[in-house]
Amino acid sequence: MPEPTEKTTPGAKIAYLAGGAASTGLIAGLHARLLLFPPYRLFVLALIRMGFSGRSLVIAVPYLWLLAFFLAPFLIVLKISLAEVVIAQPPYTPLFVFIEDGFIAIQASLDNYLFLMEDSLYWKSYLSSLRIAFISTGLTLLIGYPIAYGMIRAPKRWRFALLMMVILPFWTSFLIRVYAWIGILKKEGLLNLALMQLGIISEPLTILNTDIAVYIGIVYSYLPFMVLPLYANLEKMDLSLLEAAADLGCRPIKAFWVVTVPLSVPGIVAGCFLVFIPALGEFVIPDLLGGSQTLMIGKTLWSEFFNNRDWPLSSAVAVILLLVLVIPIVLFQRMQERSARAEA
Amino acid sequence: MSDSGTAERNSSTSAARKRWEPWNDPNERPHVQIANVTKRFGDFVAVDNISLDIYQREFFSLLGPSGCGKTTLLRMLAGFELPSDGQILLEGEDMSGVPPYQRPVNMMFQSYALFPHMNVETNIAFGLKQDGVPKPEIERRVAEVIDMVQLNAFARRKPHQLSGGQRQRVALARSLVKKPKMLLLDEPLGALDKNLRTQTQFELMNIQEETGITFVIVTHDQEEAMTVSSRIAVMDHGKIVQVSTPAELYEYPNSRYVADFIGEVNILEGRVAEREGDHLLVQSSEAGCTIKTGPSADEPAGRQVWIAIRPEKLNIALQAPPETGVNCLSGEVWDIGYLGNLSIYHVKLDSGKMVTATQANMARLIERPITWEDRVYLTWAPDAAVVLLN
Ligand SMILES: Nc1ncnc2c1ncn2[C@@H]1O[C@H](COP(=O)(O)OP(=O)(O)O)[C@@H](O)[C@H]1O
Ligand SMILES: [Mg+2]
Repeated sequence: MPEPTEKTTPGAKIAYLAGGAASTGLIAGLHARLLLFPPYRLFVLALIRMGFSGRSLVIAVPYLWLLAFFLAPFLIVLKISLAEVVIAQPPYTPLFVFIEDGFIAIQASLDNYLFLMEDSLYWKSYLSSLRIAFISTGLTLLIGYPIAYGMIRAPKRWRFALLMMVILPFWTSFLIRVYAWIGILKKEGLLNLALMQLGIISEPLTILNTDIAVYIGIVYSYLPFMVLPLYANLEKMDLSLLEAAADLGCRPIKAFWVVTVPLSVPGIVAGCFLVFIPALGEFVIPDLLGGSQTLMIGKTLWSEFFNNRDWPLSSAVAVILLLVLVIPIVLFQRMQERSARAEA
Repeated sequence: MSDSGTAERNSSTSAARKRWEPWNDPNERPHVQIANVTKRFGDFVAVDNISLDIYQREFFSLLGPSGCGKTTLLRMLAGFELPSDGQILLEGEDMSGVPPYQRPVNMMFQSYALFPHMNVETNIAFGLKQDGVPKPEIERRVAEVIDMVQLNAFARRKPHQLSGGQRQRVALARSLVKKPKMLLLDEPLGALDKNLRTQTQFELMNIQEETGITFVIVTHDQEEAMTVSSRIAVMDHGKIVQVSTPAELYEYPNSRYVADFIGEVNILEGRVAEREGDHLLVQSSEAGCTIKTGPSADEPAGRQVWIAIRPEKLNIALQAPPETGVNCLSGEVWDIGYLGNLSIYHVKLDSGKMVTATQANMARLIERPITWEDRVYLTWAPDAAVVLLN
C-alpha cells in the first residue's frame, strides 16, 4: 500500500483509507463510517506510518480505537465505581493496595451499587429520565415527520435551502441555543410577551424550570437527528407508489398510512434511536431549563460528581446508565445492519 | 395462457376479430371519448388537441417516439393529470371531476410500482381491500388472477425476491383483479428481454380476450403495437398523426412520418405530372422514371409528393423489364444482407438515392445469384406505391 500523498483531497483520502475495507463486515463498515471523522483519520494515518496496512489495518484500527477511547475510560470508571470515597487526591480509594511481603490486595466493594438500589432518588432519576426521553422522542417524531415529509414534497429547488435550515443551528453552540430558550420561556420572556400582546393569556405562563421546558429544549435540540434520517428515507421513496395506491382506489390520507408510513419505518426507528439515546443521558437541558423537581439521571450524576465530590457513587451511576443505554444501542446497531443488508 | 383448447379458441376469436370493427359502425357508442384534449406544462405543450374514440374490448395502442406525450395522455385517462383543455368521457360520463381513486380504470405502471413492503398476494389484494370487498371474495379473486398470471409458486414472495418478468406479472394481476372498465398499460413490456417480450405479448392478448377489458397500451415499439393492437394511434410531438388498424397503417400510411415509423420503407420524391384514369403519373428525378400510382385522390399537376414503397414489394431482377420508363428503378447492388429466409438488397440508383428491396429466398439455388455491383432492375405493382403529401 503506497503512502497517500499530503495533497489528496479529504474525500480521496477517505476513499483510499477505506480501500482495504472492501471485505465488508461490521468492523470494516464501522471503520469506513468512522473515517469521516477527522481525529479518527489522523489516528489511522498514524497507524499507517507505524507500518500497519491493508486488512490488518481495517481490522485493527477500529478495535484499537474502541480500546483506547471507549473501553479504557469505561474500565477506569468501573474501577472507580468499586472504590470508596475519601477526602484525598484523587477522592477515592485505590483498587490495588500493596501490603507487606509484596502481596497486593484488591480493594473493591459493591456498596455503591447497593446504595443506588436503596436510595429511591437514583432509580427515580433513571425512570424519570426514561420517561422524559420517551416522551420527547415521541414529540420529536410527531414534529419531525411532517417536517421531513414537507421537505420531500416541496419543489426540488427549495430542498437544499430547507435542508440547510435544519442543519444550520448545528453551526452555533448547543449551549448558547439552550440559553436562548431561557430568554424565550421565562416569565417576562418573548413567548409570554407575545401571548399577552395577542390577548391569548392575561397572566404570564410558568414554563421555564418545569418539565415542559425540558421537553421543549430536548425536542428543539434533537429535532435535526429525527428529521435527517427521516428525510433520507422518505426521499428514497418512489412517489409512483402513491399513484399506484390512488389508482387502486385508496384515498391520499389512507395511502399515507398504508404506504408511506410503513415504508419509512427504518427512518422512524433510526431517528427515534438517535434522539432517545442522547436524550436519556441529557444533562445541560434539564439543568438550564428544568426545575428543581426535574429528575434526570444526567443531572443527578453531575451533582453527585461536582457537588458531593462522590466520584465512586457517580461512577456507579454512570456504569448503570451505560448498561441502560446498551440495550437501545445494540437494537439500533442490529437494525442498521439489517437495513444495510436489505439494500444490498 | 397455456391451457388446452387455447389454439381452438384463438382461431375462432381471431376469425370473429376480423369482422369486429366497432370504429366503422356508426351505431356503436365509444367506450372512451377523448375530446380536444390538450395538456400544457408551463409553456410546453405535451399533448396537443387530441381527439380519440376508443371502443369497448379494444386493444388500443398509443405509439410514438419517447417524449411525444404518450404517458401524459395515459395519465390523464387515469386521472393523475388533468387536461388543460378538452375533456375525457368514460361511457359518456365526464371524468374531469373524478379523482384517480374513484375512476373505474386501472393502470399498470412503467416501473410497476409494486408495494415493496407487501408480498405478491397482498399487493394484488390491495385494490379489492380499498373497495371493502368481503374477505372470502378477495381471497377467491386474488387466487384467480394469481392463477391466470401463473404466479402460484410465488404468492408469498416480496417484490424484491422476484425476477423482472415475475414483477411484471404481479403488476398486471394487481391492475386486473379489480376488473376495471379500462386497463391502462404504460410500456408494460419495456423492461423485459426480447424473448420474454414476444411471449408476453401473446399472453397479454389472450388475457385481454378472456377478460374483455378495454386495453390502452403505450409503447414506442412498433412491432409490439402491430402484434397486439386492434388499432394504433401514431403520435408525434403531442399530436396524433394517424389512427388505424395495424394493416392499414402499414399499407396506407398517411404521411412520411408514419410510413417511416412503421416498418421499413423507400420514399421517393417527385411531382405530379398528370392524371390517367384514377392513377397519378408522378415524375421523379430521384427514381429516374415515371411512377404510376395505384388508385389515388386527384392532385394538381406540379404538386410535390412522396411515393412510399415497402421493400418487400419491390421485385429485383437482373434483366430489364420490357418497359423501363414507368415503375422501374435501375441501379447497382451496393450491399446484400442474407438472412436465410430473406435477402436484403441495398441498391444505389443512378440518382445516387439508396433503396432497399427484400426478396424471399424461395428457390434453394438460383442459377445466377445477384451479387455486389450487379446492375439490377426494381419493379413493382402500381398499387404498391402509396402517395404521401407530407
Ligand atoms: N410533470 C411534467 N412537467 C413538465 N414536463 C413534463 C411533465 N411530464 C411530462 N413532461 C414532458 O412532456 C413530454 C411528454 O412526456 P411523456 O408523456 O412522458 O412522453 P412519452 O411517454 O411519450 O415518452 C416530455 O417532453 C416531458 O418532458
Ligand atoms: Mg412514457
